Parts: sequence; structure tokens; C-alpha cells
Amino acid sequence: MSRISSITVLLAMTIASVPAGARELSLEIEVPRLQVAEYHRPYLAIWVARTDNSVAQHLSVLYDLDMENQEGEKWLKDMRQWWRRGGRKLDMPVDGVSGATIGPGVHRLDFSTQVADLAPGEYRLMVEASREVGGREVLAIPFQWPPRKAAMPRAAGGAELGTLVLHLGP
Amino acid sequence: MKKLTTFLATALVAGGLSAGAQAHRAWVLPMSTVLSSEDPWVTFDAAISNDIFYADYHPLRTRDLQATGPDGESVELHNASTGKYRSTFDLNLKTPGTYKVFLAQAGLTARWEDENGERRFWPGRGEAPDPARFASEVPMDATNLLITRSSRRIETFVTAGEPDSAALAPTNVGFELVPVTHPNDLYAGESASFRFLMDGEPAVGAEVSILPAGMRYRNAQEEITLTTDADGLVAVGWPGAGRYFLEASYADDRAQPPASGRRGSYAATFEVLPL
Repeated sequence: MSRISSITVLLAMTIASVPAGARELSLEIEVPRLQVAEYHRPYLAIWVARTDNSVAQHLSVLYDLDMENQEGEKWLKDMRQWWRRGGRKLDMPVDGVSGATIGPGVHRLDFSTQVADLAPGEYRLMVEASREVGGREVLAIPFQWPPRKAAMPRAAGGAELGTLVLHLGP
Repeated sequence: MKKLTTFLATALVAGGLSAGAQAHRAWVLPMSTVLSSEDPWVTFDAAISNDIFYADYHPLRTRDLQATGPDGESVELHNASTGKYRSTFDLNLKTPGTYKVFLAQAGLTARWEDENGERRFWPGRGEAPDPARFASEVPMDATNLLITRSSRRIETFVTAGEPDSAALAPTNVGFELVPVTHPNDLYAGESASFRFLMDGEPAVGAEVSILPAGMRYRNAQEEITLTTDADGLVAVGWPGAGRYFLEASYADDRAQPPASGRRGSYAATFEVLPL
């Protein structure tokens, strides 16, 4: 996607989906298409971390929600950093946080409502991916909340994550 | 007293308190230490060997092992089986929290010389000691009689969900480790702190040795040696992620009569995760 068209899409989405005056925090996340013999969709944890690594807000945990007897929870611990920082304190599933896994491609996840009450300060958006019979990767995008102006900080994954673009709107 | 006697008798059956150096290491190794599923199970190996976590010498008998759950209650070991070189068993973590699997022994041991100058031991090698028979079997007027209050512990820890500490409470009997850093919250690049107690008091000057697993794939033991400080504390900087075997020993001459000294040995298996 070219820069111009992504700005156009961003503007269109901002105008279409975010009420006037509301701040925006949404994430464009690329789940890479991998040429492997046995592919499973990654488990993904997305959270807002304070500068001391503590969890300010759990945003999304995408895993095998529909397995019998909550069997899909068995691998939540493999998102080791998320598990350690606060995942292990949660009684999954959590409404508004738990979701089904997403496949290869670019997805846009809007967390504007979830971060609306976040105290002003410095944060990092954390994204951790772990894939069955695959690898694990964590990426962090620092940001300030509330954003003073529109910005699109990004991070590039190396294996289990593709490009991440954080969309911030004042 | 009945309860204590039963505990001692049970505990001493393993024979770990018999005199003599222990060149081999006894260990209990969980296949997972951090679990996230509902109602998870963990399987364990238990063995005695020179190279840690390679079961190639003797199994550790599961009848000597116990488990404590997050409510402080005893938890059943399932599917216990002993093979040529190792024992295996399973633990069902029904309640979220931390579980401790352990072997604990404590009691009196004695050695002396008989009228022919031969060395004698109580309990005798391979014998199950009966504390009630100590007085009748140990001649208190024997030459070079040495009575020691001995304790031995082997432990490991596993946690379902959030770590907690009910299972980690010390008994204040013998030589024990009290985690300051939770034993299922260990990460490479961080430091962990552990306190050692002897009969509930800080064990000062205890010798602690830590070995990383996987000796088969390197040339040196890469042992970390530490000594507990005035508060019984040691700080361990983990050189990397992996499984570790910790051994500690303590001795002093501050025992209640008839013992003249106290001696304790402690061993534990820990897993250090990468972040």
C-alpha cells in the first residue's frame, strides 16, 4: 500500500469511525504468511506497558477460544512476557480482551475506547506473538498518551510479526 | 508426639541420613513449571545421578516424595512408577497457585567406635531408623560418640496461573529454603534472592552451589558458588535461561542435647525462563 493511499485510508477511517473529539489509538498489525509444513495461527497478546514494564491496560489476547474445556488456554503462557507481566493474573476469557486468532494478512484493531481513560504519560504498546510449532516475538512501540498530534510510529517484526503501525490521533 | 514420630520414621526411610558423603545428586524435575490452562497436569522425573537431569544411576523412590498445594494441604501424586533409572509421577494442579513437591527428612544420627575400634552408625546403612529405639541402640558412653541432628530436603516448584506463597511456608524444622523471589518467577538477566533457615533461624554461612543443566554439551561444570550472609540470604544472578540445580549445606554446633551439632542439606530444581 502506498503512503498516499494509506493516509487516505487513515483519514477515511478516522472520519468514518472515530467520533469528533475522541482520541484514537489503533494498531495495524501484519501477520506474516509463512512457508512452513505445519502452520498454526499465532497467539497474540497486545497490551499497554508503563515505563516500569507494568501493565497499564490489556488490549487484546487472541487465542484458540473455541477449543473444548478451554484447552486453548494451555499455550497462553508461551506469550512469556505478557504472561509474566500480568496475563497470569487474569481469569481468561476476559470480555472485550479475549478474541479468536487472526490469520496471515494486515489487520486493523481499534483500541480507542479501551485507552480513553488511560492516565497521561509515557507508554509502550506491546505486541507478543507465539505460534504452535513455531517461534515467538515481542515488539514494542513507545508512545505518549494523550497524543499531541496525529502520528504513526511503527515497528518491524523479523519472524512471527510483520510491520506494526500504531495510529495515534489527538 | 505421635505425629512427629511418624513423620520422622517415614522421612528417614529413604536412608538419606545415613553417614557418608553424597557424591550423587538427587533431583526432581518438572516437565513444566509455569502453566496457563484450566486444571493442568505436570509430569515429573525423579532420580539420583552425577550429571544433573540425566537419569543414569538410580531412581529416587516416589514413596518418599510429598506435594503441598496452594491451600497448604497435601496433594496426591498420581501415576507414580519407578524404573531402572528414574521414577516418574504426575501432579494435577486443580487449584490455581503454587505447588511444592518435596522430600523432607529430619532426625538424629550418630556414629561411634565400638570396643574393637570399629566404626558404628545409627541408623545403620540402609536401615529404617525408629526414633523410639535411638536410646536403646546408641551407647551413650561409647568412644568418640558423635550425635548430630540432621535434616535433608529436596524440592521443586510448579505454578498454575499466578504464583502464590502458601506452599512455600517454612516448617521451621531443619535446613530450609524460603524464597524471597518466587521460585516460579525466575527470568534470565534478573537476580533471585533466597533465604536459608536452620530450625527457623537464618542459616548464616551456608554454602550454596548452583549448576546449570546440560553438562553433557559443555566442558566445564560452570558451577556458581555462594555463601549465605548474616540474614541467611543469597542473591543468584542467572547466567541464562534453562533449568538449574541448587545444592546447599549447613552445619553448626548449636544442637539440643543429646545432639552436639546440627547438619542440613538442601537441593532444589528451578526453571529460569527467557523474557
